[in-house]
Amino acid sequence: MIRYLVRRVLGGLVTVWFIATATFFAMHAVPGDPLLNDKAVTPEIRANLEARYGLDQPILTQYAIFLGHMARGDFGISFTQKNRSVNDIIREHFPVSAGLGVLALVFAASGGIVWGALTAQYRNRLPDAVIMFLVILAISVPSFVVAALAQLGILYVNRWFDASVLPVAGWGQLRHALVPALVLGLGTMAFLTRLMRSSLLDVMDADYIKTARAKGVGPFRVFWRHQLRNAVLPVVTVLGPAVAGITTGGFVVELVFAIPGLGRYFVQAVQQLDYTVIMGTTVFYGAFLVAMVVLIDILYGLVDPRIRLQ
Amino acid sequence: MNEATTPMFPELPSSAFAPLSLPESEPLRQQPAASYWSDVWRKLRTNRRAFCSLLIILMLLVFTLIGPLLWPLDPAQPNLDLISRGPTLGGQAQVVDLSRPWVVPQVTSWPVSPVSNAQTLAAPVAIALVEPATTQAVRIQWDPVVGAAGYVVYRNDHQPESNQDLGLPLRTLFGGNQVGHEDRLRLRPGTYWYSVVATNGVDESPVYTTLAVDVHPGVRLRDLPQLGRAGQAGDFVKLPAHPLGTDYLGRDLLARLMHGARVSLFIGLTAPLLFVALGALYGGVSGYIGGRTDRVLMAVVDFVIALPFLLFMILFKIAFGIGPGESGILPLLVALVLLSWPGAARLVRGQVLQVREAGYVQAAKLLGGSTLYLVFRHLLPSTFGVLLVALTFAVPSAIFTEAFLSFIGMGVVPPTPSWGSMCNDGMKTMMSHPHELIFPAAMISVTVLAFNLFGDGLRDALDTQLGEPGK
Repeated sequence: MIRYLVRRVLGGLVTVWFIATATFFAMHAVPGDPLLNDKAVTPEIRANLEARYGLDQPILTQYAIFLGHMARGDFGISFTQKNRSVNDIIREHFPVSAGLGVLALVFAASGGIVWGALTAQYRNRLPDAVIMFLVILAISVPSFVVAALAQLGILYVNRWFDASVLPVAGWGQLRHALVPALVLGLGTMAFLTRLMRSSLLDVMDADYIKTARAKGVGPFRVFWRHQLRNAVLPVVTVLGPAVAGITTGGFVVELVFAIPGLGRYFVQAVQQLDYTVIMGTTVFYGAFLVAMVVLIDILYGLVDPRIRLQ
Repeated sequence: MNEATTPMFPELPSSAFAPLSLPESEPLRQQPAASYWSDVWRKLRTNRRAFCSLLIILMLLVFTLIGPLLWPLDPAQPNLDLISRGPTLGGQAQVVDLSRPWVVPQVTSWPVSPVSNAQTLAAPVAIALVEPATTQAVRIQWDPVVGAAGYVVYRNDHQPESNQDLGLPLRTLFGGNQVGHEDRLRLRPGTYWYSVVATNGVDESPVYTTLAVDVHPGVRLRDLPQLGRAGQAGDFVKLPAHPLGTDYLGRDLLARLMHGARVSLFIGLTAPLLFVALGALYGGVSGYIGGRTDRVLMAVVDFVIALPFLLFMILFKIAFGIGPGESGILPLLVALVLLSWPGAARLVRGQVLQVREAGYVQAAKLLGGSTLYLVFRHLLPSTFGVLLVALTFAVPSAIFTEAFLSFIGMGVVPPTPSWGSMCNDGMKTMMSHPHELIFPAAMISVTVLAFNLFGDGLRDALDTQLGEPGK
């Protein structure tokens, strides 16, 4: 177990190094000079920046400096926001994205399991057809359109009740997060519903189910103890990619609902070509995703010992 | 059968166990053996959902390739008179010559002696249209009011109920003898109520006169060549139809959707083709060589898969940069291919590893089949099915990626239309002109839906082990 753990963590670290390297060279290929901004850069600032990032040095030296900064967890200072370090930006805005993402994941997982179970129970009957149609629809409509329509929906709900039932945008309380999280988790929910349906159908006619039924176990207990427990395992494996999808999908939702998450700042930084924020956020997100995948792998290894043998 | 010395059912006569002979009159029914692909095609044809999706995809291709020939409007031609109009089939419009300024009618011999109390001023009389009212200009005139030092002209979209309800003040005229006004302010076809109030130069009179004006579509004389029409002032010409309406710059939405389809479908089809081909080559080589090379090559695949996809799409887009006059399609394509090939590589490698050890391939090898023969006769064809499914599912995700990037302003560059950028434009006017969002969003959804359903059907059809359809 220890060896498996060490191997997974080391592999993750190498992957993070690769992501950092790819980020560095991609940003280095960006045309233009980061110091030739709209604002005039005084010689002192230029000298400071050149000293800090080794901008007058050959590219490999710059790369070494960059890796050193990254290893120490120092992402530098924003090029466009005065006196704000990238670490501050991440520290301040990542918890918002993470909170939204966790809620979205909860919605997606619970929704996926419930809807999947329903479709499997009513296989090839009307509820199955309706839910599967909605699933296909949820997969086919672009997320920003869903987000915009959801916002419009809130507006009509508020107008109907003649009161602010749910806020249209913003951040702060739980009720701000409800609809954005639902929109954010919708794609994953649809995906999990499909997965849950097929994996439930796979175990539906398994021998142990027949045995349980023959022994006189009630339908609810059969479903809960025997079918669901076995069918939910494949769902756990896709949680890693699901986390990735939800974190990056957060960009759109954060933009549409005006949520001060990291995704919105990333898009803003891209539009303003804020070098340090772009690089820092990319490496941070990449490291976060790798950490999640490794964590889920390890958890899965704990749950299912067969995985460790590979 | 075990030895049947004692019949199991004694009541049956032994003649019941005599072998049947085939009646000679009935010939053997034979049909040509179905090949794998004809079998797939048969299954696909009988799957109604998949077949409908295939038809939709074909219709989309027709829409994209032939559409612009049938609907030759220029998607980049703005028309500021037709901003954000809903769907229209055209109709008649009167030609108006606005090249010369319209002089406010003036009464020459009029004693200008304003009254001191505006309350005593009468309402203007004989308020009338000077010429037919069009959306280009409404020109009205009235008789001067004795003692007035000027007039205020108002416009409203309903019959005013009091002098507090006259609507938008269009103009204040200074001079009791200036008795006309030309309104060219954002006129739409419909009815407007113009009210004129006399003033003594300081205050307004409490009484007003209102004229209801039916405004009809009008077109400027100098815009005629641009619309491809000819005529003189006063003539009626047929306006171009905009079956899906126009966008925020007055560009025809249908033409833009067709040209946008070229961009979106080009990216959506070309990128998957390229990266699936690249991935297949990579994975095939890796799987065929095997051993240490395979491990190294697959480690690279693992790394590329670990890159956060959308973030790196954006990074690559910035890194490639977009020069002046470029549409930004090529960088998008390259970035998509660079980031998406590992999925196909893994798939093909797995398939090749599996098939390489299969009995028939080993047999072919033993019989002296060359490597090239093995690759082209056995290994490659066995991966076609997986690749085709991967390709079908890659199309929607490529279309989504393009739409997402265009949404955050990192996609194709205006004025090149793409469905994603059209959605982005449409969202800004979602409340007032929903058609600008609905049509492009519906195009994306239908396309993605069709490819998803077709992919599902294709997977079911290709999977020979799958017994039950729809599972």
